[in-house]
Amino acid sequence: MKFLTRRNIDNMEYKSSSFKMIARRFGRHKLAVVSLYFLCFMTVLAILAPVIAPYDPNKVSTSFSSPPSLQHWLGTDQIGRDMFSRLLYATRISLFVGFATTVISTVVGVVLGLIAGYFGGIIDIIIMRITDTIMSFPYILLVLVAAAIFGPGLWNIILILGFVDWPGAARLVRGSVLSLRETNFVKGSKVAGMPNRYILFSEILPNTVGPVLVYATSVFALTILDEAALGFLGMGVQPPTASLGNILNGAESITILTSKFWLWVPAGVIIMLLVLSINFVGDALRDAIDPSAKE
Amino acid sequence: MQKDNDRNPLIVISGLKKYYPAKGMHIGRNTPVIHAVDGVDLEIYEGETLGIVGESGCGKSTIGRQIVALEKPTSGHVIYQGESLSDMPFDRLRKIRTQIQMVFQDSNSSLNPRKQVFDILADPMLYHGIVGKDGLDAEIDRLMDLVGLPRSMKHRYPHEFSGGQRQRIGIAKALCVKPKLIVCDEPVSALDVSVQAQILNLLKQLQDELKLTYVFISHGLGAVRYVSTRIAIMYLGRIVEIADTQELFDDPVHPYTNALFDASPLPVPKLRGRQRLVLKGDIPSALNPPKGCKFHTRCPYALESCMTEDPKLIPVEEGSGHKVACPVLLARRIKRESHT
Repeated sequence: MKFLTRRNIDNMEYKSSSFKMIARRFGRHKLAVVSLYFLCFMTVLAILAPVIAPYDPNKVSTSFSSPPSLQHWLGTDQIGRDMFSRLLYATRISLFVGFATTVISTVVGVVLGLIAGYFGGIIDIIIMRITDTIMSFPYILLVLVAAAIFGPGLWNIILILGFVDWPGAARLVRGSVLSLRETNFVKGSKVAGMPNRYILFSEILPNTVGPVLVYATSVFALTILDEAALGFLGMGVQPPTASLGNILNGAESITILTSKFWLWVPAGVIIMLLVLSINFVGDALRDAIDPSAKE
Repeated sequence: MQKDNDRNPLIVISGLKKYYPAKGMHIGRNTPVIHAVDGVDLEIYEGETLGIVGESGCGKSTIGRQIVALEKPTSGHVIYQGESLSDMPFDRLRKIRTQIQMVFQDSNSSLNPRKQVFDILADPMLYHGIVGKDGLDAEIDRLMDLVGLPRSMKHRYPHEFSGGQRQRIGIAKALCVKPKLIVCDEPVSALDVSVQAQILNLLKQLQDELKLTYVFISHGLGAVRYVSTRIAIMYLGRIVEIADTQELFDDPVHPYTNALFDASPLPVPKLRGRQRLVLKGDIPSALNPPKGCKFHTRCPYALESCMTEDPKLIPVEEGSGHKVACPVLLARRIKRESHT
C-alpha cells in the first residue's frame, strides 16, 4: 500500500475542494441539474440500446405506419420497423456524432488557437485567415457540398462537421491566449527561464479549459442539430442506419406531418430536449467554473 | 560618500532606448512611436538597492522589463556581468536570466490561479535542477519560512490568500531560482499601508540574509526612501538626477526632483506654509517629447539654451556619485558656493 505523506493528503483535500466548489455552484442551477440527469439517462439508454430495444431496428414487420400500440409502443414506420427501437438506436448515433465532432473540432481548435495566440506574427495571420475563410462560407451549404463530394457516411459526417466547427474554438482560445500571454505569471515564468512548452501547456492551457468546455457544450448541441438538418435533407447518416435526422426525413411529406404524428414528433422532441439540456448544462458550467466568481 | 569605482557593477545599462509603436493612432506610413525610455545610462552595483522614481509613464517600468530581458531594447544594451542580455543566444539567456528575477506590482495576476503555491515554486526549481525531487519539500518549506508564510499554506491556491500574502508568494517565486538581482516593479503600490511596511521590511531582511541586489521601481517616495541606498529620478524616459538616498533628500538639485519632493506631503505641521515648487501643466506626450531638455516646458528656471541643448548627467562635484542633468542649476550652484 502506498504511504500517504502529509503532502498527498493535503493535496487531495485541496484538489477535491476546488472540484467540490464547482459542483456546489453548478448545483445551484436546478434546471441544469435536471438537464444533466436527463442527459445521463439518455446516454445510458443510447449505450444500452441493444439490450433495451424490443425489436431489431432494421427488421421489417407486416404492419406499416401503424399507430402506437402495445406491440409497438411508438408505432411503426412506413416499411414496418419498430419506431421505439429505431429511436433508441438513432439517439445513440446522434449522440455519437455530436460527441465525436465536438472532440475533433475542440482539439483542432485548441491546438491551432494556442499556436496562433502564443507565437503570433505570420503564423497567427495564416491561421486566423484560414479560420476567417471557413467561417465566411455559408455553413450548411459547405457541409452539403462536402457531404455530396465525400459521400454521406457516418464518419464523413463527423469529419465534415468537425472541420466546420473548429474555427470558433480556435478564435476563442487565441483570444484568451492573447490576454494570458500578457499576465504577470506568464511573464514571471519567462523571467524564470522556463521553456515555451511549459508556458504553453502548464501556465496558459489550464486557464483556457473553462471557456473551452463551455464552448464545447454549445458545439455538441449545434452538431446534433446539424446532423438532424443534414438527415432531414437526406445528406446525413444514410438509412437503414437510424439517426434522429433521417427519421425526421419522413416528415417531408404532408400526409405524415398532418396524420402520422408518431413518425416525427418523438424524434423532434428528443432532439429539442437534448439540445436544450446541453445548453442549460453549458450555461451552468460557465457560471460554475468562472474563477472570478465568489462563493 | 562612496565613490562609484570602489564598487562592482552587476549591471551596466548603456544608451538604453525603448520605443513602442503607437498602434491604431496613425494613417499612412509613419507610425508614431512612444519614447518610453530615451537614452539611459545606469550602473547597478552589487548589494545596493537602486530606487527608480518618476511619475506614471516616465519609463521606469520599461527599464525594469529591459533589465529582466522581457523585451529587447530598441537600441543600447543591458550588460549583466559583462554580457549583453539582448545579444545573448537564447539558451544562454535562459540560464543566465534566473539570476535576475522580478516581483510584480499586481500580485493577483502574478500567480497562476490554477496552481497551488507548491507547484508555483516547485516547477522552476525542478526545471533548472536547483533541487531534486527528494529535497523539494524541504526547499519549499525553507522558502515559505523565508517569506514568512506558514508551511501549511503551501498547498493552497492563490485566491485563498490576502494581497500581502500573495505578494510574499510573489517574492518566494522570485527567490526560488536563487537570483542575485531582483527587480521590484511597484511591489507595494497595490497594498494597504500597514502591509506595505511589512513587505518592505521583508525585502530588506531578505537582502541582508541573501546578499541580494534590488532595483526598486516606485512612484511612492516614502517607500523608495525607506529601502533604497541610491535613487534615480526619471522624467520622460531620462534620468534627471541620481544620488545616494541621503544626499538626494538633503540636497536635491534638479528642479524636477525639487518639485517631486515638494509635491509629497510632509507630516510636519510647521512646514505647512513652506515655499514649494509647484509645476504647471502636464507631462508632455511621450509620442512627441520636447527637444533639448525634456523638462524645459515646465521648468521655472528654463533658459533659451534648455530648448536646444540636451543635458547630460554631470557629477555635482568632481568624482561624486551625485549626478544631475541640469547644467543651469549646476552652474548657479557652483557660483553660489564660490561666493560663500
